[in-house]
Amino acid sequence: MKKSLTVLAAAAALAMTASVAQAQGSKIRVATEGAYPPWNATNAAGKLEGFEIDLANELCKRLSAQCEIVAQDWDGIIPSLQAKKYDVIMAGMSVTDERKKVIDFAGPYASEPTSFAALKNSPLLKGSFAERVTLDQVDGDEQKSIDALKAALKGKTVGVQVSTIQANMLEKHFPDVSMKTYDKIDSAGLDLVAGRIDAVLADRSAAAALAQAEGGKDITLFGPGFTGGVLGVGVGAGVRKDDAQLKANLDKAIQAATADGTIGKLSTQWFGFDISIKK
Amino acid sequence: MDLTLMWESLPRLLGGAPLTLQLVGLSLLLGLCIAVGLAVMRLSRNPLLSGPAAAYVFVFRGTPLLVQIFLIYYGLGQFPALRESFAWPFLREAYWCAVLALALNTAAYTSEIIRGGVQSVPFGQIEAARALGMGRMQIYRRIVAPIALRQALPAYGNEIILMVKASSLASTITLLEITGIARRLISQTFAVFEIFIIAGAIYLLMNFVVSRVISLVEWRLTPHLRRAT
Amino acid sequence: MFELLAYGDTGWGDELLAGTAMTVAVSLGAFLLGQVFGLLGATAKLSGRRIPAAIADVYTTLVRGIPELLVIYLLFFGSGNLLRWFAGLMGLDGYFEPNAFTVGVIAVGLISGSYSTEVIRGAIQAVPHGQLEAARALGMRPRQVTFRILLPQMLRFALPGLGNVWQLTLKDTSLISVTALAEIMRTAHLAAGSTRNPFLFYSTAAVLYLLLTSLSTYAFARAERHAGRGVRRA
Repeated sequence: MKKSLTVLAAAAALAMTASVAQAQGSKIRVATEGAYPPWNATNAAGKLEGFEIDLANELCKRLSAQCEIVAQDWDGIIPSLQAKKYDVIMAGMSVTDERKKVIDFAGPYASEPTSFAALKNSPLLKGSFAERVTLDQVDGDEQKSIDALKAALKGKTVGVQVSTIQANMLEKHFPDVSMKTYDKIDSAGLDLVAGRIDAVLADRSAAAALAQAEGGKDITLFGPGFTGGVLGVGVGAGVRKDDAQLKANLDKAIQAATADGTIGKLSTQWFGFDISIKK
Repeated sequence: MDLTLMWESLPRLLGGAPLTLQLVGLSLLLGLCIAVGLAVMRLSRNPLLSGPAAAYVFVFRGTPLLVQIFLIYYGLGQFPALRESFAWPFLREAYWCAVLALALNTAAYTSEIIRGGVQSVPFGQIEAARALGMGRMQIYRRIVAPIALRQALPAYGNEIILMVKASSLASTITLLEITGIARRLISQTFAVFEIFIIAGAIYLLMNFVVSRVISLVEWRLTPHLRRAT
Repeated sequence: MFELLAYGDTGWGDELLAGTAMTVAVSLGAFLLGQVFGLLGATAKLSGRRIPAAIADVYTTLVRGIPELLVIYLLFFGSGNLLRWFAGLMGLDGYFEPNAFTVGVIAVGLISGSYSTEVIRGAIQAVPHGQLEAARALGMRPRQVTFRILLPQMLRFALPGLGNVWQLTLKDTSLISVTALAEIMRTAHLAAGSTRNPFLFYSTAAVLYLLLTSLSTYAFARAERHAGRGVRRA
């Protein structure tokens, strides 16, 4: 008994000292959420996978650095970056002015419109909408779509992930809609199927992933694909403000990987279409 | 440390206090009712009654509240049959799921507190009451209940404080009570410390009030232990 | 449905099992750390000196009055800064970062320690004073009195309370899933999300916790019997 206790204490001490690691050098620590397919997800083998996992490894390779990818709840992903728990965020995070106040971004490396999703029998699907709405320069047709959505969503509940551009978009452009925030997009999908909320607002690809998931066959996308304005200028890699060197390196690597079509290839592999940034 | 931000977040966080208090109050009330039933079953000599009560207490004390909340909110919502049943108007709401989970959880602990209180009543007191010709109900009402209440009060006070803290878990199922609002504010300002410190202070204040009230009630209920001055 | 719990790369069985091991590891670490805090806190409270007693009072009041979730969040985001500051004081200028495991152990350990403080304090006070006097009269040195008389007897009084603290610690580790440490709860949460089968995975998690708590109830009952072996029963 006494012996096993000593061994245990020694093991615990070892685990603690092992964590006091020397970072930087040629190791880049990348954080992702691991619950936002197809961008990043955790599979049944307990491993991280997805577009951004492959992209992170690709970028590290180009920088001849070692990649250490860790999972971090979305909720604390920016505060933990600031607390230096890792150096880069690659988690489907859009570059927005609000976030730029606290962190910097390399990239963007991809761009996806935002879309609503609802159940197939939902009355929300009945309207006809413009295909695209650019929130910072709304034209007549687009305004009509927004107004139609506003009317249809009046008194309805829409689920979003907490601290996302979609949450900002709802607050700014659909103030009459009651918003429910989830810490993971999967949870919003569960509540949509359960009928607790009337719609989900997410990246088009993430919303489509909800429909493709087990039990999601009744989910469908509807309405326009939103871009611009509060939605930012695409998805980038978040870095600390004082990490200018890392940002410059990543910017270069992302540009190169975009130019030679690597990002486009990875995107097609995970999304089925190309969401890389085109000039 | 951004003091202005802390000061500005105070009223918004306090806006979550009514919901926190509602969750705590309702679940304590509901939990107490269930607990009394459980304690009566548990104290019965019939194993068909005491067995299920013991199993209930075992399960709810042996698993984390977070699991219970998720199981009730996401787990039950998974079944189409349940979604068409009479219970759905309640279980549809995160509010009632939280109340239900908190109530079922506190009921398990409270029933043990009640049982301990009842069992602490000295047998001599009951014998004396019988000798005086009191009936069963009368003994319960006049002898057992007051003594047990006095015994159980400090433990129940702790349970109330635990419930105030536990209500923060309601934030994990989309409810905007104090912790939920704190998390939303953090998502807008990224100021983890400032906001969680204010939120923590609000909880601390609530728990301080609870513990004062409990000691006051305790003092009122134990005149015989007070020193004559 | 149960193939989702399969062992191997197709199911979540092995992940849940690894999560259970992680839960046990964090709980053990936190509980042991909690005992250190508890002994320190109890000693401070009983020392009769004002400043240590006040510090211990602030510690137990704060940690027991604030929701566990907030304690964990605060430590998770703050521990890096705190550790770096501490390392700076020691003249170490490196890049120190505690991992999720360490933060989890420290956070839950702090909570566990605040409850242990009260349990240990009560147990020390329950050791009859005459025993200590007798030991001193026999010429035992203070160390001997502590290790031969006080601690063994205290342990007997403290064990039931510590059993409760252990259960609390075990269950509180479910809250560190917010730090993305892959223990039972986080694994269940991820699996529930990706397979859309929350009921199956949260009930499995509940069963795993029940298993752990009942095993430890049994262990503590045995320990209590062992610690009380010298006591005469009516």
